[in-house]
Amino acid sequence: MIAASEDLYRSRNSQQPGAVVARLSAVSKSYGDISALRAVTLDVRAGELLALLGPNGAGKTTTVKLLLGLAGPDAGSVSVFGGDPRHPENRIRTGAMLQVGRVPETVRVGEHIDLFSSYYAAPLPLAETIRIAGLQGLEKRPFGELSGGQKQRLLFALAICGNPDLLVLDEPTVGLDVEARRFLWDEIRRVVARGKTVLLTTHYLQEADALADRIVVMNRGGITAEGTPAEIKACASGRQIRCVTRLPIAEVCAIPSVLEVQSDRGSLMIRAADADSVLRELLSRDPQLYDLHVTSAGLEDAFLALTRNSEDHAGKEMQ
Amino acid sequence: MSSTTTTLSTSSLACPLSRRLAAYAKEAKYDFLGRLRLPVYSASTILFPVMFYTLFGLLLNRGQSNQGVSVSTYLLASYGTFGVMGAALFGFGVGVAMERGLGWLQVKRASPMPPPAYFTAKLTTSMAFSAIIVVLLMTLGVLFGGVHLAAIEALRLLLTLVIGAICFCAMGLAIGSLAGPNSAPAIVNLLYLPMSFASGLWIPINLLPRFLQKVAPLLPPFHLGQLALGVVGASREPAANHWGALLGFTLVFLGIARIGFQRDERQTG
Repeated sequence: MIAASEDLYRSRNSQQPGAVVARLSAVSKSYGDISALRAVTLDVRAGELLALLGPNGAGKTTTVKLLLGLAGPDAGSVSVFGGDPRHPENRIRTGAMLQVGRVPETVRVGEHIDLFSSYYAAPLPLAETIRIAGLQGLEKRPFGELSGGQKQRLLFALAICGNPDLLVLDEPTVGLDVEARRFLWDEIRRVVARGKTVLLTTHYLQEADALADRIVVMNRGGITAEGTPAEIKACASGRQIRCVTRLPIAEVCAIPSVLEVQSDRGSLMIRAADADSVLRELLSRDPQLYDLHVTSAGLEDAFLALTRNSEDHAGKEMQ
Repeated sequence: MSSTTTTLSTSSLACPLSRRLAAYAKEAKYDFLGRLRLPVYSASTILFPVMFYTLFGLLLNRGQSNQGVSVSTYLLASYGTFGVMGAALFGFGVGVAMERGLGWLQVKRASPMPPPAYFTAKLTTSMAFSAIIVVLLMTLGVLFGGVHLAAIEALRLLLTLVIGAICFCAMGLAIGSLAGPNSAPAIVNLLYLPMSFASGLWIPINLLPRFLQKVAPLLPPFHLGQLALGVVGASREPAANHWGALLGFTLVFLGIARIGFQRDERQTG
């Protein structure tokens, strides 16, 4: 235990890429009867942008709260910079952007940033924070008079104003239009380029794909897949066949290279690694098959397939 | 856990005193400014006691007296109590409930803000508003109500009310730690107005029905009211008993608030 924290202390000073910055070890957490996380183990490494991808209720926000020390684990352990995430010395190296219902509305943009900067030992200059968050000219505006995109940018500014080594962003672009989302993406990339570590949660695969070095797919309190964006997309590659057929689902499932079959309003949705051979097989078994469509699986299909993986449904489980 | 105990000793290095003080000062400054610019808070907490005092203390009961002092002097003490209580209950009760219930407190807790700074900022804001209210009422009383207060008496009244209001800050904190953001304003009003009446802050306690006179000592505002009346010479009871009662209530409210925040930490998902 002592040796491990000394290692982390060294890595923290030199910021070696690949060193563990934050770690969840076999962490379980429930709220009442609801199990939010089940034995999750997760490492965040220095200098990487890790995306936690998953639908609502997957356990992403719970993971974020544990890493920020806002909640404690029921089982397992959480460490940030080798210590307790609640410790002031670790908090001072962490910046967080959370989903907030309401921010004090009569306090101005510059004042909010001035206040949060005062919590940190070596904050960025105010003008620098304003520039990074794209809030130039809005310093004197009360929070309540900002647009939705500007509000998100202020919350981003509060997360980065202390120049933290670890930046935790919970659904940073939720509710933003395309332009505002792309702006924030660029700024997040710049934070990583400065050698910082970023953990972000999202339910858009497109966002994880655009930003992340590594994606961890979560669903129902567990990790269902983990890898580079290319690996995650490959997991769920293949094409989708849609047709109306008399063949029973079980028989279609048994065709080689079929990954998944779902029944949808009288037709079947078949996901296949090798769609050509599956098509030939289908047509030979049911010459009356009609209303045929073949499409390639998009990013969102890949994501749906990955998260559906852990649920019960009619069809073959993905390997 | 071993890492927690070893790192705690180094916290003074990570957080030098000057930066800590700066954080406390800024927290207090922006909490006050934010409240001052919020008309629903600043206007109502200042205007209501001023309006009531002007109406009942200065216009309607001219020249009358109660408990050996003029009505304008008597009501200066009791509406002063009413005023500081409102500033504390709404500032803490509604303020904390909103920030707790809508996620802002979590953003602050995730930041390196020293946790006591959040509470001391609310406390200083509440005390500043209390002072503004008391000074306004005294000015009105002296200028238009024939109130005679020696400088030392005025200072004692101000300090009594501002310090005594800490009890209502604790009460507000207890409400804010338990109530939801939407229900908090209603809960505060439901406690604030009936308690003010039953403690004799609107109508002198000796003119209230006998059973209310018996119930009043169970209510914290009664004790602060009696302390304020004692300063202006309208109550002869020993002050120590009332301070003791306020201290007791404060500890109970802080205990309730602690339970509320602990429940929160377990539940927030």
